[in-house]
Amino acid sequence: MKKLMTGNEAAAQGAWEAGVKFAAGYPGTPSTEILENLSKHKEVHSEWAPNEKTAVESVSGASLAGVRSLATMKHVGLNVAADPLFTFAYTGVNGGAVIITADEPGMFSSQNEQDNRNYARAAHIIMLEPSNSHETKEMLKDAFELSEKYDMPVLFRMTTRVCHSKSIVDCDERIEVKDKEYVKDPAKHIPLPAFAGKLQQKLFKNMDEAVEESNNSKWNIIEDNNSDIGIIASGIAYEHAKEVLGDKASYLKIGMSYPLPEKKIKEFAKLVDKLYVIEENDPIMETEIKAMGIDVIGKDLFPQAGEMLPNLIREKLLDESFEVQEPEDDKLINRPPSLCAGCPHRGLFYTLSKDKDLVIYSDIGCYTLGATAPYNAGDAVLCMGASISGAHGMAKGFEKTGNPKKVVGVIGDSTFFHSGMTSLLDVVYNNSDVCLVILDNRITGMTGHQENPGTGFNLMGEVAPTADIENIVKALGVENVRTVNPNNLEETSEAIKWGTETEGPTVVITRWPCALKRFSQEDIEEFPEMYSVKCQVDTDKCVGCKLCLKSGCPALAFNSTVENKSGILEENCLGCQVCLQICPMNAISVVEKGV
Amino acid sequence: METRNILLTGVGGQGTITAAKLLTQGLMEEGYDVKMSEIHGMSQRGGTVLSQIKYGDKVYSPVIEKGSADLIVAFEIMEAMRYLDYLKPGGKIVVNDTIIWPLPVIIGAQKYPDDILKSLEDKADVTSINATELAEELGNPKVMNTILLGSLIKSMDLTDINWEQIIRDNLKPEFVEQNIVALQRGINLV
Repeated sequence: MKKLMTGNEAAAQGAWEAGVKFAAGYPGTPSTEILENLSKHKEVHSEWAPNEKTAVESVSGASLAGVRSLATMKHVGLNVAADPLFTFAYTGVNGGAVIITADEPGMFSSQNEQDNRNYARAAHIIMLEPSNSHETKEMLKDAFELSEKYDMPVLFRMTTRVCHSKSIVDCDERIEVKDKEYVKDPAKHIPLPAFAGKLQQKLFKNMDEAVEESNNSKWNIIEDNNSDIGIIASGIAYEHAKEVLGDKASYLKIGMSYPLPEKKIKEFAKLVDKLYVIEENDPIMETEIKAMGIDVIGKDLFPQAGEMLPNLIREKLLDESFEVQEPEDDKLINRPPSLCAGCPHRGLFYTLSKDKDLVIYSDIGCYTLGATAPYNAGDAVLCMGASISGAHGMAKGFEKTGNPKKVVGVIGDSTFFHSGMTSLLDVVYNNSDVCLVILDNRITGMTGHQENPGTGFNLMGEVAPTADIENIVKALGVENVRTVNPNNLEETSEAIKWGTETEGPTVVITRWPCALKRFSQEDIEEFPEMYSVKCQVDTDKCVGCKLCLKSGCPALAFNSTVENKSGILEENCLGCQVCLQICPMNAISVVEKGV
Repeated sequence: METRNILLTGVGGQGTITAAKLLTQGLMEEGYDVKMSEIHGMSQRGGTVLSQIKYGDKVYSPVIEKGSADLIVAFEIMEAMRYLDYLKPGGKIVVNDTIIWPLPVIIGAQKYPDDILKSLEDKADVTSINATELAEELGNPKVMNTILLGSLIKSMDLTDINWEQIIRDNLKPEFVEQNIVALQRGINLV
């Protein structure tokens, strides 16, 4: 049956068809929808892991137990999972194991543009790269075959344009793969130095054999169009090149991209006069092909940073560009991302923005936006969990430099579970004078509301135990902990003052559910009043001082009802009442919903 | 046939993605090769949304190049201007004559520009529709996207496809009838 699917939907379909029985991952754009879609199939146990490392470790375990298993993550997630990955390459699989890495050329919602093809080289494992949805599905099925044949986890690289673009997929039935028997084999699965050397040799030998697999692979295809120009490309870059150049070039489409098909590349090079490698980001194929002694043009012509879009290929290879009418700049205003109306982070960042003496180490999530206007409450962001350990390091550094500034770390609930807990142990164990704020909105917000250990649901939709952040913090050894309602500015401000003035580590938990989440029974019981009212402005009382706009709420609109006065867009307001507390004229009041 | 390129743009929450979904489903069932590219990530409301749809005998890249869109359907007028550079010479614009303030306007830091529509009309073949108002007249503000889809279908000469069936197959039963009416309304406007 033909269906229009995104690459992510196709990956879920492929995993299901391949007979996968266990899947784990951590949400991250552009990978998130793979597991969300796979979880609809009840033959597969699908789960959100607390982080990517635990996901890959679980997958290694499920594979060892004998079932086909899949891990999914965004590119930076593989950094977190790199530790198990490199040794999993040695110990190998029982049931087939595949790790999907979703890379982000263009950095649409990521903090860097790392090219995870490098990981296949570093870990010595096979990599496959699909270029459209149907190929994603078919290639993923093959990835499990290759994993079992070559006794290694296979790295499957998708990119944003493959993950999030739709194309037609021919769907098949699920193959019920026979489970592999579990046989205890310490020499294979316990990489003590005595065994690890042998496992490494096994891996190297398997990778040598995989070169021949790559030469004969149905994913590495020569399309000879009798052209002088030859294009070697993988992933979405192939589709762009084919769109622009059509039959004007011959192609070697690379799908099994590590190890590269050396023989086939040499054969292709002989067919053409001029050979180009069109690849997004790092010059990986280019470097390896040059090392084969073949003359290719790559990054001398094409940029290393950003997406390899069709217009670039047109410009560089055909010296053509389409006629373009430029928009009038004075008619455009950006729509920067902002915290939603009713977002419980608003009250905290409004509070933090008042104290210019604080240094704020932020983290990865919606609340990274606290560092932008109008709050400007952020000094640094690095990676998941770094708010806590980064704040710890800064506090220790300031002790040495004599800088009196107080360091505050801000981290969301899901990020805290992901990698903040070990950082907090560091803070306690090595005793730094920091105030940490855990923004508990009861969900993984930025990626589109995925469940996490604090949510009360799991990925399969089942009710799950709810992790208690306050007790976790106490158990890690923090004595000074407070939980506050971030929509109450007085309470929040008092807690931040207490947290930053108290010596030693303190934790303030701001607890209020994200306006967009599916509420659990516990949420409804704990927050019975949430989102039940709206606010309105009395324009007779409003003096147009604009102080309320410092809340950065998109439901507040200046000039919207009366010139030079604030107004509230009724359809957007969720009644958090942060603006109401800021207004010095008492011009904002609460009304019942629907009034 | 040569590949056709349609760009749908609007502001998060306006229903561009649903319209794109119905459109691509109809095109596929008609036998075209179809690709669609969307960039989405951060889940906050209120950002620019862009769906790129390509169809023809065989489509490779899911991305529309600047200067090559046959049609831009903008759900908000500033968004039509923002992506004007995608329009090919002689291409058409269908624009919903409605304004959604960006954050800098909301907070009073900037003023929403005047005369965007007029300036668009000077540059291209523009059909302006107040689909937001029409949808309210039809009794459901949310069918605004289906009205625009109707205008899109007419502009691209795709009225032969059985859109009524596509709507029946892809929307919840309670929304089917009003969307069929909305679609026809949009078709009649072009």
